[in-house]
Amino acid sequence: MPLVEFRDVGYRIAGRDILAHVSFTLDAGDTLVLLGRSGSGKTTALKMTNGMVFPTSGQVLVEGRATTEWDPIRLKRRIGYVIQEVGLFPHFTVAENIGLVPKLEGWSRPDVERRVNELLEEIGLGSPEFRTRYPRQLSGGQRQRVGVARALAADPALLLFDEPFGALDPITRRELQQQFLALTRDSHKASLFVTHDVREALRLGTRVALLAGGRLETVATPQEFRRASTGQARAFLAGLED
Amino acid sequence: MRPDLANDVLRLTGEHLVLVASSMAAAILLGVPAGILLTRRAGLRKWLLGFANVAQTIPSLALFGFLIPIPLIGGIGPRTVIVSLALYALLPIVRNTFVGIAGVDAAVCESAVAMGMSDGQLLRQVQLPLAAQTIFAGIRIATVTTIGTATIGAAIGGGGLGVFIFRGIASVDSAQILAGAVPAAVLALLADGGFGWIERRLSPA
Ligand SMILES: Nc1ncnc2c1ncn2[C@@H]1O[C@H](COP(=O)(O)OP(=O)(O)OP(=O)(O)O)[C@@H](O)[C@H]1O
Ligand SMILES: [Mg+2]
Repeated sequence: MPLVEFRDVGYRIAGRDILAHVSFTLDAGDTLVLLGRSGSGKTTALKMTNGMVFPTSGQVLVEGRATTEWDPIRLKRRIGYVIQEVGLFPHFTVAENIGLVPKLEGWSRPDVERRVNELLEEIGLGSPEFRTRYPRQLSGGQRQRVGVARALAADPALLLFDEPFGALDPITRRELQQQFLALTRDSHKASLFVTHDVREALRLGTRVALLAGGRLETVATPQEFRRASTGQARAFLAGLED
Repeated sequence: MRPDLANDVLRLTGEHLVLVASSMAAAILLGVPAGILLTRRAGLRKWLLGFANVAQTIPSLALFGFLIPIPLIGGIGPRTVIVSLALYALLPIVRNTFVGIAGVDAAVCESAVAMGMSDGQLLRQVQLPLAAQTIFAGIRIATVTTIGTATIGAAIGGGGLGVFIFRGIASVDSAQILAGAVPAAVLALLADGGFGWIERRLSPA
């Protein structure tokens, strides 16, 4: 059974189709990259996966069960989500931000502590001074790392990333992409990763799904995608040449 | 100062504080939950804020007049004064609670929901701490205003420092007026300073 399945999903509000006839599956071990221009419906698709938005037609299934059938809180706790704006809690320290979901899940204090330290190490913020800092005392890139660590904290099998490495210098971005690959190279995990950067899509995805105007134009492996002939895929690939 | 005057000042200041403290307690206990409710029920917004707005525009003497004949909350004496003062204090508290919570960064609230926080957890762990300063500012404004307004309570036998002022006006005795006005001003300044100090402590992170 796939971890996630979109079945002919549509989302229509105020007479406009934000998503239409979107179907794909996501299995454990996969990273499906949703690639698309601004406004193509990428964030909406992510929000549908963890039940923050529900389809107006079709179904989104998580672990074989429609999102509308899930207990909304249980569903979200099982999924790690890095929202587009990161959204760290300004009144929580770095350690409290990362430990949030384990704490909500009732982990013991030493377990939360251990997990937080482990993640801080993995995201390269291992030195003790970072634990007690507040988000405003971090650089943008460091905040994004903390956002990723927070999503990974309770070790969810399914991860949603909404342009987590936007607005970073190319070197840091590359570094974080390497970290992402290391953190998600786990045959039990699956990720949906949103980006509008074709390079990033080809580097991180086991499959690339191209969203154009709310419709899936192509779903392909990175190798196949490089040879794709559809309109937007060509336009994105042209970006690789300059 | 004559010793009996000093005694009166102490006694009436005490009464004044009781008027202010009771009405503020009522206004906070009603106003903060009402403000929270407004962030959850958009439909109520117009009604509740409208009610609080109207309550504030009624002249206090007129409000006393309306309340006196009402059983249980009305009558001559401090009870009517406390009810009216609480009504006046409601608007800044409701409004600041609502504005404070509504003003919390939408991305922060969205990530809280995305992490699987229940609405109660979102409110207690995220929205209230981040709005605390704004809510407290509303309480401070309301308290300072109430300390001044409470002097009118003496007009209907509510007691407090207004007793001096009304007595002074009646006997054209400015010493009496000052005996009421100065302590009231000092109380207002103390409240403003004290609450301001707490408010700065509350700044989120
Ligand atoms: N709540 C909403 N009400 C009305 N329109 C909405 C709503 N949410 C999203 N939209 C519209 O749906 C479309 C897709 O939005 P979405 O946020 O999914 O785009 P996106 O692909 O994530 O874009 P970006 O790359 O800029 O983040 C946009 O045109 C947006 O204006
Ligand atoms: Mg988006």
